[in-house]
Amino acid sequence: MTEHSAPPNLGPQGHDLQIGPVGRFLRATELDTRMLGMVGALLLIWLGFHLYGVLVNGEGVFLTPRNLWNLSVQTSVTGIMATGMVLVIITRNIDLSVGSIVGVTGMIMGILQVNILPQYLGLGHPAIWVITVIVGIICGMIIGAFHGWLIAYRGIPSFIVTLGGLLVWRGAAFLTADGKTISPVDTTFALLGGGPYGSVGATGSWIVGILGCAAILWVLARGRAARRKHGFAVREIWAEAVLAALGCGALIGAVLLVNAYPWPKGIVEAYAKANNLTVPEGGLFISHGFAIPVLILAAVGIAMTILMTRTRFGRYVFAIGGNPEAAALAGINTRWMTMKIFALMGMLAGLAAVVASARLNSATNALGDLEELYVIASAVVGGTSLAGGIGTIYGAIIGALVMQSLQTGMVLIGYGDGSYRKVVVGVALVLAVYLDNLYRKKIK
Amino acid sequence: MAQTGTPLVEMRDISIAFGGIKAVDHVTIDLYPGEVVGLLGHNGAGKSTLIKCLSGAYKADSGTILINGEPVEIDNPRDARAQNIETIYQTLALADNLDAASNLFLGRELVGPGGMLNDAAMEAETRKIMGRLNPNFRKFNVPVSALSGGQRQSVAIARAVYFNAKILIMDEPTAALGPHETQMVSELIQELKAQGLGIFLIEHDIHNVMKLCDRASVMKNGQLVGTVKVDEVTDEDILGMIIMGKKPARAA
Repeated sequence: MTEHSAPPNLGPQGHDLQIGPVGRFLRATELDTRMLGMVGALLLIWLGFHLYGVLVNGEGVFLTPRNLWNLSVQTSVTGIMATGMVLVIITRNIDLSVGSIVGVTGMIMGILQVNILPQYLGLGHPAIWVITVIVGIICGMIIGAFHGWLIAYRGIPSFIVTLGGLLVWRGAAFLTADGKTISPVDTTFALLGGGPYGSVGATGSWIVGILGCAAILWVLARGRAARRKHGFAVREIWAEAVLAALGCGALIGAVLLVNAYPWPKGIVEAYAKANNLTVPEGGLFISHGFAIPVLILAAVGIAMTILMTRTRFGRYVFAIGGNPEAAALAGINTRWMTMKIFALMGMLAGLAAVVASARLNSATNALGDLEELYVIASAVVGGTSLAGGIGTIYGAIIGALVMQSLQTGMVLIGYGDGSYRKVVVGVALVLAVYLDNLYRKKIK
Repeated sequence: MAQTGTPLVEMRDISIAFGGIKAVDHVTIDLYPGEVVGLLGHNGAGKSTLIKCLSGAYKADSGTILINGEPVEIDNPRDARAQNIETIYQTLALADNLDAASNLFLGRELVGPGGMLNDAAMEAETRKIMGRLNPNFRKFNVPVSALSGGQRQSVAIARAVYFNAKILIMDEPTAALGPHETQMVSELIQELKAQGLGIFLIEHDIHNVMKLCDRASVMKNGQLVGTVKVDEVTDEDILGMIIMGKKPARAA
């Protein structure tokens, strides 16, 4: 407690001369080793399924543009909700009701766009899908906010409130249309679920890819400038270059991948007929490009990452998870925060219902059944700690990808029977959490 | 130290009960600028509860709080902070999963354009204040769970000092510290006192009380036994107040 003020320490934290080249590389690039581990595990799973296919079935079908494109679409519903579940779990709560919220909001949207809106606007009116999506998201938000209110202001444990919600909203989903399936949905709405028409094509994908690369470079440059300004140690320039190359490389790789998956022949012919095109001799190669649900997931992931890392809201979510009492003493309104977090979770469930029902081209009362378990599993596999305070958005998305890869992979290698899939997914969940525990102990 | 004019803080006739148990029972204490008032008593005497009414963690059932002679409403920690009241809690009240800068600015983050957190600026400010309080502190980019007891304490102290507190509440600030760090906290208290802050110090160690405090208010079973000037009594007088609940005859 001396009067003089010492200059801030400008050097890197804690020198450790006994590290190898890998350690030096990780330190220089400041890459999250946990994330690298997860990506590594994901690639191993992919490679494993592919090689199993090659060796046992004589044909590897996992690492094909077609399968990986499908995988990306199948991941989006779980992934969208997993990003919200991260916040719920970080603040030491749980939401078991998200699957049922998907069901009930899906039914509400189905009735709205098929039975109600066409009466007033006419069938196929361009505003139908917009109104439907907004209503669906708002319904999800209201349900979530109600759960949050019961938890935060009425002191009922989140496990109980959302377990009740799981039953109530699944029942409500049945009651909205007496168990009837509503199909088909509005044609524009259906594009939000993906498919050949619900994808942005080769050019669109390149635009997305280039914008994404520009954003990666901008984020890196801006981070460097901010560190410079305050005199903190900056990454070495080669490390920045490696990061930029990795980020942009992965993105461009994804663009090449989705553009390598062509429309099926039947769709191409129908499309050519409708547009008075003649299909040339060898067939017409029309790329899928990124599916719209995947872009929705990407947008949600980016927005949620910004929310969690760059805003007060996110900071408070972590603070509440780390020490609820300290958060309250710091003047954070923890109850209002809890209510907002559940409302946000509800909104994302509503959005997931949009994608799920659009993909199915129908609304059924079973939509999202058991989805809450996969959502929670994705967040946890992605490194969200059930003890609270720890979790990342990208982790949850990678977690969703891992879970979906296991399910898809089992089908592709010939174990399409649901029982095997369940066994594998269940084992993977427990194993992932166990490995994560080991990892956390080791870095401590 | 000056005990003239308007007190910086006056907590007048404060009562608060939890489920029929009177944790604080019609207690009145005050604090002048540049003064350290020790709050003493057994565990459960009501010291921490009383002080939490000032820091906004609890709301008193009855009584008034005056800051510079003006009655103020303190309903939550934000109200207390707005009155330049800062608290160092016994538990430190740190979010273990966040780093030093995030804890220091918790609830009062520096934001840039668009309301985005300015983490670099917060870290720079944290480095400045820690350079003054604890020059050996280096661990700016790790969660505070990775810090030692003394380092955690210095983060909690930095948080109270950084925001220009006029009234500082310290709840057993040296309970978890070694001798060297205890000495550092003592020096800090002297320094802040010299700057004209008023400090409420909850303390069990009678020697620290005799050394650091100007006055001591003793509580027992939720009630105020009395307030004495430390240099007019012996440590045995104060112990008598704590244990017996009796005010020494010769103290005014």
